[in-house]
Amino acid sequence: MKDYMLLRIISKMLIPFILLFGLYVQMHGDYGPGGGFQAGVIFAAAFILYAIVFEVETARRVAPMAVLATAACIGVLLDGGVGVAGMIGGGNFLEYGALAHDPRHGNHLGITLIELGVGITVAAVMMIVYYSFAGRR
Amino acid sequence: MDRKEGRRAIEIYINIVLLFFLVATGLAAVLLRNLLASAMLLGIYGLLMAALWVVLDAVDVAFTEAAVGAGITTVLMLLAIALTERHEKRPSRPPYLALLAALVTGGALVYATGGMPAFGDAAAPAHRHVAPEYIARALDETGVPNVVTAVLASYRGFDTLGEVTVIFTAGMGVLLLIGVGARRRKEGGGS
Repeated sequence: MKDYMLLRIISKMLIPFILLFGLYVQMHGDYGPGGGFQAGVIFAAAFILYAIVFEVETARRVAPMAVLATAACIGVLLDGGVGVAGMIGGGNFLEYGALAHDPRHGNHLGITLIELGVGITVAAVMMIVYYSFAGRR
Repeated sequence: MDRKEGRRAIEIYINIVLLFFLVATGLAAVLLRNLLASAMLLGIYGLLMAALWVVLDAVDVAFTEAAVGAGITTVLMLLAIALTERHEKRPSRPPYLALLAALVTGGALVYATGGMPAFGDAAAPAHRHVAPEYIARALDETGVPNVVTAVLASYRGFDTLGEVTVIFTAGMGVLLLIGVGARRRKEGGGS
């Protein structure tokens, strides 16, 4: 769809805002609607729009499959790691209160990190699924 | 009629309109033979569902529905249609068995709604179990004002970890089944 100038220009203008909105939903999930899952999907949507308009191969150069697979693993490991960190801090698995001196701060920190892990994995997996399907044509 | 009652009446009208369009788009998506149009209609269905969640004050669910149901799912459906065919084949004989199964299941579900608590009932079991505890304690214990986030990431942390693992496994499955295989075939040059 590279030949459609209007599509190309409008999507180029929109993509930074979609990425920014994804990050906003990620960071703001504690205070408003949203969280890691929604943020990951929105973040991936920007890349998918790019892949639709500028061919999948171009998008693969921006975010190669190896990077995405690594990111998906990092997200899951981050979530599991937060759980283990709670155990090292003297609590149970996934007990965030043990992450900081004040249990309240520990809880907030744990929630932020868990949401970040969810966001990274969801975004990476959505892109992996799209790339895989689109690469078959 | 005071303001609260007026707001409630408006919400009921909005619900009726949204539900009407939900049924209409759902039926049209099933009846149409053009799969491209069906996929688009399912996207609209997701968006209407998201609007319904907003009216029901479930904004987090609405967000997910709009992003996943109306967004990603539609894109994946279109990709699948691009890989296969654009028109649904006519079945060789009318699917009476499937129709019967759908009617029986639907009838049972409609019958079961009779046993549900009234719409928006504060005394419903779902609102009296652990939910009041979460609402009372979440802000104090976690410092996170959005109770939904606090419940999902903290009180139900195990569930969220499980969900992430499921998504991760799904992604790796797709990658191994069609992502890597397709690339290798292309590089090898053979069929």
